[in-house]
Formats: sequence, structure tokens, C-alpha cells
Amino acid sequence: MTRQKTEQSSLHMLQDQLRQNIRQYAMFIALISIGVIFTVLTNGVFISPRNLSNLLLQTSFIGILAVGMVLVIVGGHIDLSVGSIVGFTGGFAAVLQVNYGFNTATVVILALALGAVIGVWQGFWIAYRAVPAFIVTLAGMLIFRGALIALTGGQTVAPLAPGFRAIGQGYIPRLFVNVDAVAGFHDLSFLIAVAAIAAYVLLAIRARTRRKRYELTNLPMPLFIAKIVIVGSMMWFVFSIMVSYRGIPYSIMILMALVLLFVYITNNTTFGRHVYAIGGNREAALLSGINIKLKTFWIFVIMGGLSALSGLVFTARLNAATAGAGNLFELDTIAAVFIGGTSMRGGEGTVVGAIVGALVMASLNNGMSLMTVPSEYQLIVKGLILVLAVWFDASSRSSNS
Amino acid sequence: MSEHILEMSNIVKDFPGVRALDDVSFQVKSGEIHALVGENGAGKSTLIKVLSGVHPNGSYSGRILVDGVEQQFQQIRDSEDVGIAVIYQELALVPQMSVVENLFLGVERGKPYAIDWDTANSEARECLDEVNLDISPKALIRNLGIGKQQLVEIAKAIAKKARILVLDEPTAALNEQDSANLLEILRKLRDRGVSCIYISHKLNEVIEIADSVTVLRDGKTVSTHDMQGPDRLDEPRIVSLMVGRELTERFPRVEHTPGEVVLQVQNWSVQDPDNPNKKIVDAVSFDVRRGEILGVAGLMGAGRTELMMSIFGAYGKRVGGTIALRGKQLDIRNPGDAIRVGLAYVTEDRKGKGLVLGMDIRHNTTLAALRAVSRFSIIDLFEEIRTTEQYVQALRIKTPSIEQKVRNLSGGNQQKVVLGKWMLTQPEVLILDEPTRGIDVGAKFEIYKVMNELVAKGVCIVMISSELPEVLGMSDRVIVIHQGTLSGELHWSEATQEKTMTLATGGLEK
Repeated sequence: MTRQKTEQSSLHMLQDQLRQNIRQYAMFIALISIGVIFTVLTNGVFISPRNLSNLLLQTSFIGILAVGMVLVIVGGHIDLSVGSIVGFTGGFAAVLQVNYGFNTATVVILALALGAVIGVWQGFWIAYRAVPAFIVTLAGMLIFRGALIALTGGQTVAPLAPGFRAIGQGYIPRLFVNVDAVAGFHDLSFLIAVAAIAAYVLLAIRARTRRKRYELTNLPMPLFIAKIVIVGSMMWFVFSIMVSYRGIPYSIMILMALVLLFVYITNNTTFGRHVYAIGGNREAALLSGINIKLKTFWIFVIMGGLSALSGLVFTARLNAATAGAGNLFELDTIAAVFIGGTSMRGGEGTVVGAIVGALVMASLNNGMSLMTVPSEYQLIVKGLILVLAVWFDASSRSSNS
Repeated sequence: MSEHILEMSNIVKDFPGVRALDDVSFQVKSGEIHALVGENGAGKSTLIKVLSGVHPNGSYSGRILVDGVEQQFQQIRDSEDVGIAVIYQELALVPQMSVVENLFLGVERGKPYAIDWDTANSEARECLDEVNLDISPKALIRNLGIGKQQLVEIAKAIAKKARILVLDEPTAALNEQDSANLLEILRKLRDRGVSCIYISHKLNEVIEIADSVTVLRDGKTVSTHDMQGPDRLDEPRIVSLMVGRELTERFPRVEHTPGEVVLQVQNWSVQDPDNPNKKIVDAVSFDVRRGEILGVAGLMGAGRTELMMSIFGAYGKRVGGTIALRGKQLDIRNPGDAIRVGLAYVTEDRKGKGLVLGMDIRHNTTLAALRAVSRFSIIDLFEEIRTTEQYVQALRIKTPSIEQKVRNLSGGNQQKVVLGKWMLTQPEVLILDEPTRGIDVGAKFEIYKVMNELVAKGVCIVMISSELPEVLGMSDRVIVIHQGTLSGELHWSEATQEKTMTLATGGLEK
């Protein structure tokens, strides 16, 4: 009798689950409420497939940044420079293509490399020279905004080659059914949706059986089925938008691939585990033999690369590089990560949460634009949302412990 | 008017699972220096926290009388109001501020909205004169040596019109001259009627300065002695009063047969990071043999933790000395290097440095040895579960699930998780720093058994402990550290509490 097995009723377990995961539920509730409010306020325009597809496109470049920002914030840092890096790397790519005629593949590779180099620069100061990330990236915010304006002379750089544009505007092709090019059933997207949902269900069942084998606590069967049905239908809802309208955008394919990759990195790799340990208790991580400097350095290299990727997607979507590109993206990204349940004290947070947070921020941007709210009020609303998200995080944590 | 300025009677203070103070009574006369001595954990600090209102009225039972009037302190401010000032080992000064700003911090002179600097400076001058400090009130604290800072603390107490001054290990960080100076000031204050409660491990100072001595042991008052009277104490007598308890069968002693030398540390010296001129560990040499438990005794602040953490690559700057493992010289620059060659260090600060409290048992267990459950940096999550389960069962960790966050475990179970974490690294030398601090007797006994099992498998254990019975009850050999130097080595059969304590307090017996 070395282990105390606690037998719990389903009801108890449901209550426990609700209490433990209050933040996660809160963010879904926030997302759904925002959807309902904007649908009402815009007389249904918000919920139309065309707008929702557009919303997903808008989510993609913040989502790409949010994926990296989770690592940064979980590791106990912050990155204020992502907006400027988005602008600078996007501008760099556009200048290479428009002014020097580089092909799209070369441009993409060089822009990503530039992002990584910027990450090396910032990571060096933060990890090896112990300058706080807040300062290094605040400086980076100025440096790379300045670099963008110097590079483009403040002029808009356009137009881009069709292949480049596709990264931000294009959709994956149809296989067979060739009905209306805009609306109507998109067969390849449908297949991907079915495959993704099936993969989710199979993985959930596999994890459950393995957990059972190792005698870990599982949700009771009815709750487990309920969870699969709810998550599955949510996935279907998101995919159905794209299946019924033009298909899955390339940028969303990129984002989905990144989410899968970073979920894997955070859960299954030693690097991910070390980042959580460093953010959770730096001293304990140090005594456990973790090379804190090296891991911190890599976090910022990754963030730099992802910023460049986001810059490519955003530039492609606008079909131009402008001096203001990426302005205030750091605010949307950081807000997304906090709304997604990442602790500002580090050590806790999930990639999936950050994506939901990015959807929340994109919905706010999209909905307020549809309602033609003046941009100054949009800023005020978003600023308030950021404060509320962090307050909610702080208060729910202090009452938990 | 009572003869006693302070009377504490029948104080009982419980912490979860431990009775820290058990019916302690303690009286201080007006204008005397009263020393409070006892082993680590005897209850001195707790008693002072009760006196100063850190532990508010209601969290303990018993009575506190100042000038014969019963007091019920709710907070530190209340005790200050009746003239009690406590000066802790870690000084509570703001280094970036000037002396005068520190002296009146929170009680600034002048009107509520504007400081009257002339008054403040002239009052500061008076307070500094009281402690023979000839410095400008405008000097910044960070530019003063530690000895002068200590005196500023006392001046601060004078500024608050303190009548009962409590000093916790005031000379621990001071050199001989500063210590002598401090004692001189205390005598001067006593002659003006300020009473002083003096807590120190340095028994020679106690004998030099104290008018009365009260000995605490295991949370109880042993006795109070008038140092001018016939029952005055000498050093050996104080030591025997401090430790005078019977060793009971709380330790599962097993005869080990030590093998060859595994770890050899020679002339190990480490710089004090706060004071580059001081060595916090000074030319310490010792061996650890296969299959033995080496106890490391000493008083708090003697440098034991710093010694072991620096060997592990996690503390300060080495300024001399070598380490060899099985005859091979090591160059350990960080804990990662140490873990790779087979060292493991279980910290004394379980929550602050040992565990990631927000992570579950599984993730904490594998944190220092992720290599063992991963290939090419990819963690085998199910291998991780299997491994953790093994250790949870072997160490009898009580938890509903290995996915329980360690924050929610009891101290004993947390300590077992840390132990499991380091066992998983398969160390050759396992350093345990206060392995049973703050955990209950049952869990202690289990940890002792695990130690014996490890030793039987050929692991070398180095155990730092401030509990004398534990060191003597578990170790095969004991080394004693005093102020950063090795003051002696004892085989368990010859090690007595008195001998060990004498060495730990700097006594000359060899």
C-alpha cells in the first residue's frame, strides 16, 4: 500500500476539472462571447464564411508570433521587438524581390535567415551579457523599425511576385470538384479536415488506453466522450469555414504545422522541458545542470525566425512592404499569450492556449473594423483587454495557491 | 516597577507538525546584557519572532510583559512602540540610501509631507555619536563596511528609543576588531540603561559580555545563569547544557565498511561573493570513501553549504584547491559538469532551489536526468512515467498520482521527490544538505533507510546537517567546519555531541 488511490465520482471529477482549468474555459468563453457580440452588432456579417475565413487569415501572422512568444514568456522573458522585426524582415524580403529581382524561394530563405540573425543578436545580449530581455527587445523595437525605414526610405515597396503573394493570400488547390472558384465545397480542405479530426480522436483514444495501462487518472468515459465530441465539433466548425469558402489558406497551413511542431517541442523534447523549468524555478533549473544561457539564447533565435516568417506572411498578404508594417504586433501577440493562460511569472503556458488567444485578438480587430470603430478606440479597447487578461491571470493564480 | 524590563512566560508556539517552543520562560533585567544560546533549531529565532510581533499575538500561547504590563503585539510596529528593536543577521538597510535616510526610514523627521533635513541630520549625528561612529550622516550605506553597517543598525534602534535591543548573531560577519568594537558599544549602551538580548554561537563572546545566560534546547528553557554569581558558566558547561540530551534510537545505524577513496578534495578555497577580500571556504581538505556516510557538522553560516555547492559548481568563485574523483582531477565549472561526472547535490532549500513547485512529480523527478528517459533530445513520455513510478514506489511517496504538482505535497514527500530526482542521475557521490530539515519523524526515518540502502550499493554520501544527533547517529565519520575552515575530523565511535560542538564553536581541542 504505497499509493493512495482516490476514487472519485464523475461529478466530483467534473468539478475538479472545472476548477483546475478555469482559465482555459474562461478563454473559450471569452472567444465565444466576442463572436456572439460582434455577430449581433454587425447584423450577422461577422459570422459569414467570407468574414470568418478572413478572420483566420488575420489570425495567422499573430498566431505565428504567439507560438514563439509562449516560449519567451514561459522562459521568464518578454519580447517587445517582434512587431519591428516583422516589419524589417518583410521589408527586406520585398526590397530583395522588387528592387533586385530575387525569386521567391531565395527571398524566403534569406528573410528567415535575417530573422534568425536578429534572434542571435538579441539572444546574445540577453543570455550571455545578462541585459534584461525587456531592455534588449525595447531597443530592438527601435533599432529594427529604424532599419526598416532606412531600408525602404519610408516608401511602400510593391508589387510582389504571385508566388510570394500566395503565402499570405493564396489557398491550397482543389483536387477534383471544380465548381465555383470562390464559394462551394473544397474537396482537399475537406479531406484534410477529416484527417485532422480523425487523427485527434485516435490520438486521444491511444493516450487514454496508455494512461490506463500506467494507472494514471483518466476522465470517466462519459466525460471523455463529451470532450472528444466538443473538441471535434470545434475543429469541424473552424475547418468548415474554410471548406465552404475557397479552402484552407497557405498561411493557415503554415500556422497549423507550427502549432503541431511547437506542441511537440513543449511536451516531448528536453529543450521544451528545460524552458518550462527555467521559467518555473531558475535556481532549481541551474542546480539540475540545465545550461540556462544556451536555452535562453535559442529561445530568442527561434523567436527571431518566427518573426521573420510572420513578416513574410504579412507582407505577402498586403502585397507590399510599408514603413508601418507590424506596428503594435507585439501588443496583440503578448495579449494573445496572456489571454491564452500563460503565466506572466513564467513556467506555465501552452501553445494551443496562445492560438486561442490569437483568435480572440484577431476577432477583436476584425469585429471592430467591421463596425468601423475608429482606430483610436480600437487601441483603447485592446489596451484594456491586455490589462484585464493579466489581472485575471494574477487573481486566479493567487486564489489557487 | 518590576525588576525585570521584560518577562516572557510559558511561551508555547506550534508549527504544523512541530512544537518550536515548549513552555519557554525568559526574563531580562533592566540594563543587562542577556545572552540566549542554544543549538540550531533550539528555538531562539522563534522566541525572538514571538517577542517582536512577527508571530502575532494569538499564534502562540503564553504571556509577554514589558515593565510589568502585558503586551499583545499584532505586528512588528507594536513591539517597536514599547521600545523593542531587533537587529537580524541580514541587515535591513537600503544600500542605495544615505545613513540619515536609513536611520529614519518610515519615521521621517519633519512634517507629514516634507522632511526637515536639518533636524534629521542633527538627530542622526547624536545617534551616530552614541555608537562611536564618526561618519557623515549623508554617507551612502553601500560605501560602508559591514562592521559600520552593523553600528548604523544599532544607531537606528537608538533613534527609535529602543530600550530592549535584540541582536541575532551580530558578529557572525564581522572581523575581530569590528566585533570587539561592537561589544564595547553594547557595554556602553548597557551602562545607559538599555537592555540587550544577545544571540550568538560564539561562546567566548558570550562569556566575555553577558551578565546573564539563558540556554534553550529543543524548544525548552534549560536554565538561566547569573554570570556574576556563583553559578556562572564556562564554555564546556554551556556546550553540555546546549546539547545535553540522550541520543535515542532514532537512527538506523548500519555498520558500513568504507572502501577506497572516491572523492578527494584538497585545499579547497572559495571567495565570498559579497566580500572579495574574505574567503568563505578556506583551504578545506577531506576524502570521501566508497560506501560510507561522511557527516559535515558545524554551525549555521560556517560555510558548509558554500563548500559543497562550490564543489558542485554552483557557488562563488574558486580561488584555490583541487577535486579528484577516483584519482582523476576534475574541472567542474557548472552543475551540468558535476552531474556528468557523477556528483549529485540535494539542496537545503527544497522549495527555493530543489523543486519546480508548479511542475508535477514526474517532471521534477526527471529534470536532472532527462537523458535517462530520452533519445536525441526527444523524451519518451511513457518511459518517463515508468521511471517516475519506480521511484515513487521505492521511496514510498504518498500521492494520488505522479501528475500531482509538488506544491501540493507535504514537506517529507517533497524531500523524497528531490531525493528521487538525484538518485535517478545515478550519482557516485551524493551530497545531502540538511536532508531532513522541516520534515516529520516518520519521513526522516525513511530517508535514513534510503541513505543506508544507497551506501550498501556503493554510493558515497556526504551529509551536511545542523542536527547533532542526526550527524552522530548516521555518519561513519564526521568533519566539522568552523568559519570556513576544517576544525576537526572524528570517527563515529569517538564523536560525541560535546566534542563536535566544541569543534564547531572554534574550541581548540584536536
